[in-house]
Amino acid sequence: MKLITFITRRIIHSVFVLFGLSIVIFVISRVMPGDPARMAVGARAPQWVVDNLREQMHLNEPLYVQYYYWLRDALHGDFGISLVTRRQVADDIKEFFPATFELALFAGVIMGGAGIFLGTVSARHKDKWIDNFVRVISYLGVVTPAFVFAILFLLLFGMTLNWMPTMGRISAGLSRPPVVTGLITVDALLAGDFATLLDALWHLILPALALAMGGMAQEARITRSTMSDNLTKDYIASERSLGIPEKVIMRKFLLKPSLIPTVSILGLDFAATLSNAFLVELIFNWPGISRYGINAMLRKDLNAIAAVILILGVVFIVVNILVDIVVAQLDPRIRLAPGRGE
Amino acid sequence: MPSLTPESDWLQEEVNNVTAQANSLTLPKSKTMENIGRSWYKFSRNPMSIVGLCTVLLVVFLAVFAPLVAPYPEHAGAFVDFANASRPPCGRYLLGTDVVGRDILSRIFFGFRFSLTMGVVVLALVVPPGVTLGLIAGYNQGTWLDTIIMRLTDIFLAVPPLVLALAICSVLTPNLFNAMLAVSLMWWPWYTRLVYGLASTLRNEFFVSSAEAIGAGKAHIIFREILPNCISPIFTKMSLDMGWVILIGSALSFVGLGVQPPKPGLGTMVADGAKYLPDQWWISVFPALAIVVVVLGFNLLGDGLRDMFAAEEV
Repeated sequence: MKLITFITRRIIHSVFVLFGLSIVIFVISRVMPGDPARMAVGARAPQWVVDNLREQMHLNEPLYVQYYYWLRDALHGDFGISLVTRRQVADDIKEFFPATFELALFAGVIMGGAGIFLGTVSARHKDKWIDNFVRVISYLGVVTPAFVFAILFLLLFGMTLNWMPTMGRISAGLSRPPVVTGLITVDALLAGDFATLLDALWHLILPALALAMGGMAQEARITRSTMSDNLTKDYIASERSLGIPEKVIMRKFLLKPSLIPTVSILGLDFAATLSNAFLVELIFNWPGISRYGINAMLRKDLNAIAAVILILGVVFIVVNILVDIVVAQLDPRIRLAPGRGE
Repeated sequence: MPSLTPESDWLQEEVNNVTAQANSLTLPKSKTMENIGRSWYKFSRNPMSIVGLCTVLLVVFLAVFAPLVAPYPEHAGAFVDFANASRPPCGRYLLGTDVVGRDILSRIFFGFRFSLTMGVVVLALVVPPGVTLGLIAGYNQGTWLDTIIMRLTDIFLAVPPLVLALAICSVLTPNLFNAMLAVSLMWWPWYTRLVYGLASTLRNEFFVSSAEAIGAGKAHIIFREILPNCISPIFTKMSLDMGWVILIGSALSFVGLGVQPPKPGLGTMVADGAKYLPDQWWISVFPALAIVVVVLGFNLLGDGLRDMFAAEEV
């Protein structure tokens, strides 16, 4: 019951934030000098076409009325027509979003899995060589931008060693499995097409790794520091004195409380992943929403820009709500704490 | 209003006495030096902090004196020398040349200029308003001012900073100035949030209630009582943020929305070179490593400062 109130409150707060975000995006999309209608039809179209379009786009109304129309359409999933692809922006998003989601999902798994593993190893062997090694690696991981990792991986594993493909989601010769979720790996699994599954995974490794490096390093650092903090706590000492094997202490009593800050940070790192995807998708020619967004930005395709930011905002907010729920599950103090105003 | 007549000489004397006493209370200069020395000792105990400081000083030196220390200062702009195009690293061109024959090393030195300008300008634009809003919201915690300011920061923090910065850049003309503007618009909420947390605990301290009790104004309490106690975390965050702002700046110029060619932005150079991978790897790899070095330097420095301030509180 308490958890439900907690989640409800988070969702109400998020709706408010999204509403604010929509205002920010609307303002950004109207800051641009020049006439959006003229940009849409091109410089050679006659004036009456522009005038008609201005009327259609409600550009002659005051700004708050324009905002109302824009928001109403956006809530219906109608973001207008992309100036670049000449298609409904919503259709473009439907096509490109799964690729980014798949990439970010794998990056997230690598980030959380490898980060927690490295942090645990580091904390267990504190001040040994392996700990120092992990610490240096994670420091470098935190300060290196994702696009630098992307270029280095591309150069090393993709081009010099020729281990992995450097472009796209799937090899040219293979046909895509029937679209169910849009994630090629999942679709291939559902269709029982293991050759395609392997191929898709093989394409995923480099970009997902490049995206995950920064977050992974961050998770490793956080896990290490909370774990080694918790290791000195009294309850661990008392468990040791009871003769509980070290492995059981680690797994049952130490890992769970130590993961709370890690999971919280994971939510923030997922945000970083979404921003970095903009650069990594460009480098690996990954047909995702970020590459679509960048192309829209470079060509001042306002409808597409607004939609991409709004979608990413929604994803980010949903992920953070999920993270809050997981943290609340891990930490009974948050879950059971009497809420304010109750 | 009665003026000071000769009869009120005693008053003047009294004033002089009090002033003299007050003056004797201020710390002598040697004490200040001693404090700096002590801080330096705490800072320098970690060799990594020194490495960070040296890296930052070196980068600043190279950026400021780029026209003097760069082997080929004229290569910073639109320069073409096809005879020496795409040379791998060698004695004459330590880090090689790009596809039109410009020295990568020289261009990296000039690239530092753009990166540092970006960092300094963005922080100068962001810290004062961000900190002030945080102080106001924190001191007025629980009021409508707090609600408005903090919900506003929530909105800006709801989107990954790079994404919104990219969007803002894209609707403006792409250049360094607009990139700085866009990043600044994204960055202030972090300071507001940091200071908000500090200020909302500090407002319950005794020195704040005493100031309130003697009738000090809100501005005095916020800026003279609370702010000085927030300085060290702000300072630490600024040092770390120099690195992050430079990183975001290079990401913007990587996609073509920041420093414009032929000016040598580090991100621009990486992007240009990426087309010629893997054969002319040096064109993009060295500028990429330069970004890592700068960010690493500021991070080590920031961590050193944090440890130093933490040690001082003990």
